[in-house]
Amino acid sequence: MAYDKFNILKSTAVPLPIENVDTDQLIPARFLKATERVGFGDNLFRDWRYNPDNTPKKDFVLNNPVYSGKILVGGKNFGSGSSREHAAWAVYDYGFRCVVSSFFADIFRNNCLNIGVLPVQVSPEFSEKIFAAIFADPNTELEVNLPEQTITLLATGEKETFEISPYKKDNMLNGFDDIDYLQSIKPEIEEFALQLPL
Amino acid sequence: MSKTLFDKVWDTHVVRKIEGGPDVLFIDRHLIHEVTSPVAFLGLKSRGIKVLYPERTFATADHNTPTINQHLPVADPLSANQLKALESNSNEYGISHWGLGHQKNGIVHVVGPEYGITQPGATIVCGDSHTSTHGAFGAIAFGIGTSEVEMVLSTQCIMQPKPKKMRINVNGKLGVGVTPKDVALFIISQLTTSGATGYFVEYAGDVFENMTMEGRMTVCNLSIEMGARGGMIAPDETTIDYVKGREFSPKGEAWDRALAYYKTLKTDADAVFDKELTFDGSSIEPMITYGTNPGMGMGISHDIPDAAHAEGGAATYAKSLGYMGFSEGESMIGKKIDFVFVGSCTNGRIEDFRAFTSIIKGRHKADDVTVWLVPGSHIVEAQIKEEGLLDILTEAGFELRQPGCSACLAMNDDKIPAGKYAVSTSNRNFEGRQGPGSRTMLASPLVAAAAAVTGVVTDPRTLIEELV
Repeated sequence: MAYDKFNILKSTAVPLPIENVDTDQLIPARFLKATERVGFGDNLFRDWRYNPDNTPKKDFVLNNPVYSGKILVGGKNFGSGSSREHAAWAVYDYGFRCVVSSFFADIFRNNCLNIGVLPVQVSPEFSEKIFAAIFADPNTELEVNLPEQTITLLATGEKETFEISPYKKDNMLNGFDDIDYLQSIKPEIEEFALQLPL
Repeated sequence: MSKTLFDKVWDTHVVRKIEGGPDVLFIDRHLIHEVTSPVAFLGLKSRGIKVLYPERTFATADHNTPTINQHLPVADPLSANQLKALESNSNEYGISHWGLGHQKNGIVHVVGPEYGITQPGATIVCGDSHTSTHGAFGAIAFGIGTSEVEMVLSTQCIMQPKPKKMRINVNGKLGVGVTPKDVALFIISQLTTSGATGYFVEYAGDVFENMTMEGRMTVCNLSIEMGARGGMIAPDETTIDYVKGREFSPKGEAWDRALAYYKTLKTDADAVFDKELTFDGSSIEPMITYGTNPGMGMGISHDIPDAAHAEGGAATYAKSLGYMGFSEGESMIGKKIDFVFVGSCTNGRIEDFRAFTSIIKGRHKADDVTVWLVPGSHIVEAQIKEEGLLDILTEAGFELRQPGCSACLAMNDDKIPAGKYAVSTSNRNFEGRQGPGSRTMLASPLVAAAAAVTGVVTDPRTLIEELV
């Protein structure tokens, strides 16, 4: 599915300094019953965000009007658990274009890259700095520069570089997905299939 | 050059390597279910493309299906809609569809091996992280997202960077009452839920060599819970005996060719792993989890660790124990439980029900405990009846439900109520995993049985005849 191109994102950020945030928190299984990709943002962090009677939980960060922005900053091992792409859809649909963490679970990272959410892995030290800066001033801005592969705390100018494969980077810069590529090499795939052992 | 088992299977399936990018990996077998496939089919439709090899994809309904009264229409309209979408999409594109009520219907990772869809040396994917189960056969099997489901449907390929390789050796004799589930929970407790992220694991050593295929499936199933994309075990005679003659296994000359391929599937003696770990199997106890991720597990006789010894930050640890209503330094033994769930792609096979029944035989279900026994497939359900296990279960006050994922992820009505405690043979104890506010303790079928008959967390070894 096509998504918006990603180039340079300058935004305030929402802090969630909890480790091992799993995909059942990002989107509980009971909200996976859609047959179309619509409305998942409403249920992002559903059970942390809402009481059983659907009133907002005031102490959860997404319900705190002080924090907003297109960047979500999470704790270590973000996105562990299920392969549900719905978790990444919920993040995107809510309005985040970038998730920052000192460590990502593998499938979640991959799903993000496939749908246009940029996972930015930073050092544990820089992650601490980002959290501290946001808690000190919720209006503090981060700049995520995909062409340069840098993330910068604009208030102080402190920055770090992050990793992304050249292939995935090119996809995100242009809004391409893997299916476009795979379709283009279909004859090669069909020939390959003829010599497989099984 | 020397290769690992993983290298051999991976390299055989690389269509093309992309400079500075992932490999294009050919997928032999693709399993789909009702929850993660509908949007992939919508993608195919919007792009106007076909399924390239419909005979390589198999559909079964499992995640949201009811486990009672399966002959009646599904009451929840959203679930019914997803089931209908799976059926109509499968029919439209010529994919085998084992929907609710079909004799072959069941949990995707239970029926795949049962019908021989799972083969040694194959690449197998499914939009479900526990696809790692099929690694028990020496296959490369892992979970994918919905975008990748669309890729496999349209081109039979996905694009993946080759993971790093880890070997986990467990040697020694397992104690009585220690099951494959305990071995897996022990390994995860040592590695944490992120300890194998970025790696594909090979399990080696006599503990795995001596396991049945079902035990190996339980171990490989839980690979994802330490962050690994998958785990695999080299195929041997046990594997070949299991695979031979199943409905979708190769036959005749194709079997001979397949057998020759299977025999090549082992790690060369001097092959190198990026990481190698070794554990002593004889030191493993029956395990139980006390927190809100599968890495928070311990031997059942131990006390809950204090924050200083816990992985991760103190705040996260306190949040987790607070959710469970537990304290540092407490014993789990004797804690009151409300529910027991036996089932799932982790422990929903016949050996799991045999183990459960071995403890409850001659005993009775504790009065204030609700027990859900959910077979992984109709074959498992039939075996439970044919082997006489159902009679023993009925005698002891238990009922058997119908196949499906059930309370493992509580997408259907099988939800543990808020605040209630469940001993569960499934794979995840995340907050709310088994229903909003539910509190899950992961354990083996033996620990589940001990809890079911006593109503509290109980060391199953106190109920095993040869030990008491």
